[in-house]
Amino acid sequence: MARIELKDVVKRYGSVEVLRDIDLDIEDGEFIVLVGPSGCGKSTLLRMIAGLEPITSGDFLIDGERMNDVRPRDRDIAMVFQSYALYPHMDVARNMGFSMEIRKDPSNERTSRVKQAAETLGLTSLTERLPKALSGGQRQRVAMGRAIIRDPRAFLFDEPLSNLDASLRVEMRLEIARLHQKLGATMIYVTHDQVEALTLADRIVVLNGGDIQQVGSPLDLYERPANKFVAQFIGSPTMNIIPVQGKSNGVKLADGALLELPHLFGTIDAVELGIRPEHIDVVEVGDLVGVADVVEHLGSDTNLYLQVEGLGPLMVREHGNIPVQPGDRVGLRIQSENVHLFGPDGNALRCHTNEAAA
Amino acid sequence: MAIAQSRPLLAIGKYAALLGYLTFALFPLYWLLKIAITPDQLIFTEGTQLWPSSLTLDNFRTVLFQTDFLAYFGNSLYVSLGTAAATTLIAAGAGYAFSRFDFGGKRIIIAVMLITQMFPLLMIIAPIYKIVASLGMLNSLTSLIVVYTAFNIPFATFLMQSFFDGIPKDLEEAAMMDGCSRFQALRKVIFPLTLPGLGATLGFVFTAAWSELLFALMLISKNEAMTFPVGLLTFVSKFSVDWGQMMAAGVLALIPSCLFFIFIQRYLVQGLTSGAVKG
Ligand SMILES: Nc1ncnc2c1ncn2[C@@H]1O[C@H](COP(=O)(O)OP(=O)(O)OP(=O)(O)O)[C@@H](O)[C@H]1O
Ligand SMILES: [Mg+2]
Repeated sequence: MARIELKDVVKRYGSVEVLRDIDLDIEDGEFIVLVGPSGCGKSTLLRMIAGLEPITSGDFLIDGERMNDVRPRDRDIAMVFQSYALYPHMDVARNMGFSMEIRKDPSNERTSRVKQAAETLGLTSLTERLPKALSGGQRQRVAMGRAIIRDPRAFLFDEPLSNLDASLRVEMRLEIARLHQKLGATMIYVTHDQVEALTLADRIVVLNGGDIQQVGSPLDLYERPANKFVAQFIGSPTMNIIPVQGKSNGVKLADGALLELPHLFGTIDAVELGIRPEHIDVVEVGDLVGVADVVEHLGSDTNLYLQVEGLGPLMVREHGNIPVQPGDRVGLRIQSENVHLFGPDGNALRCHTNEAAA
Repeated sequence: MAIAQSRPLLAIGKYAALLGYLTFALFPLYWLLKIAITPDQLIFTEGTQLWPSSLTLDNFRTVLFQTDFLAYFGNSLYVSLGTAAATTLIAAGAGYAFSRFDFGGKRIIIAVMLITQMFPLLMIIAPIYKIVASLGMLNSLTSLIVVYTAFNIPFATFLMQSFFDGIPKDLEEAAMMDGCSRFQALRKVIFPLTLPGLGATLGFVFTAAWSELLFALMLISKNEAMTFPVGLLTFVSKFSVDWGQMMAAGVLALIPSCLFFIFIQRYLVQGLTSGAVKG
């Protein structure tokens, strides 16, 4: 069990700065999810915590102890690799028990733990197979088994479910959640999948281009994104961004319409307005009028891709099935209480009155 | 196979091509064997026949019991095994370093190793002779091992490096996460996966050393230190080209190479790393 701290951690490859000023305090038993676009440094950060990649500068602490120069084997951290990295010449049981074999644990204890892990992961009938005789999902589970066989101080997962089909993914996601509840161990988890991030995380860390954009609970990031990047990265479908002109009591849209936001102050600095597709209502007479381009009926929801005159494309998600056809003109109302405003630097304007009062 | 079965003509064509190639490649070996078991008096009279009218093992008997052949054979075995072991050990270490570590001067070392492979042997044979002579190591089998090892290391290193490159780095890292030191990871995970590479390198170096003539001829003049290829030449002077015995000796010389390859053949089986990483 471990509290993990990163203080001003920097990673450079030659002159290329891959990670900048990473400050992160991970509590004992917390489930942290790292998200961000490809190449933003997620794997690198994980590998630095594992000890596989030297830290260029800054401090890395486990339970208050500086671990920068400690070898991977002495950090007592388990990792599930993006590529599984199963030992091809060992059967499933030996793959899973390898860490205990190295630590010279008694073999009867090893056998029983391997058996137990194989049961948890549904691998009991496969323990004598070599990795090459396994499917992708089975290999994935062996890789998980290798990590859970011992009680490490922390678990690192690098996109562990990226290779699975949708149903197995859901199953394994639940398995990981259960595992976290059972072991209560600190876990750091990298994923590209929004659902995984939002469902598993205690806190999500959003990385972009080597910088931490925001750290917060899934709801935090969804409701109060710190900047435009986070706003567009978290949530699916993606948030609409509309250019606006700040006014004293609201914002002026590009088509000239004025959106009054009396509950907000400081709107004068706003240059862009963000509104999630689910926060725009289809109404008889609204603030805007759009022409439907594409209509997707998902059953539970309807996605409308609209062209709004003077504003450009806009996406709207409406609950239920609504009878709109491509080419129809529909009235739209922006839920003013769910509006996000961004300043010229892309940062969110923290201007909710109720928040200011709090 | 599915394609071969559905098109018998194509399959027959394939096997015919294979057969043609094998005949072409193996015919000299067949001829070697044939002459070795032909009685002396028939060698010239039945020179072009595919199979002699009578057979004999006299040539083998003479070679084994009335010449120094066994001594040559032993010398060659010693030199070849020594060279193969020394070269493979060094090449494995160097290949691993080239494959896994970044260090200053790596590019330069690789370039120099490549350059050593560009010179024809004939150009450097005189300087090598001088060096070995001034060290007082002429007529010693050790000098041959040293020289052969030096000449084989660059190629063997590149060979080993490519084998190490084929083993995902993740495997070592996973082993280290599982509690191995780097050396333990090397021994428990990487080494078993490199066996095909080690086998191929051993085989390659062994054969090269086994059949090397030029340096052996230059550096060895005493009869008791001669390796097999040099010794083979003595059949020319002593018996005014005794074809039968020479061929018998040649057949015997093939035996260790064959045994060696049969022994390492199972390590040459590819695909040992399959299943390690996804995709
Ligand atoms: N050895 C290296 N030398 C130089 N740059 C590197 C090296 N390894 C990684 N990088 C760079 O570091 C950045 C971060 O890489 P990293 O693998 O951490 O990305 P990632 O967020 O895990 O991406 P993905 O989601 O695609 O796995 C990338 O821009 C990559 O090009
Ligand atoms: Mg990655």
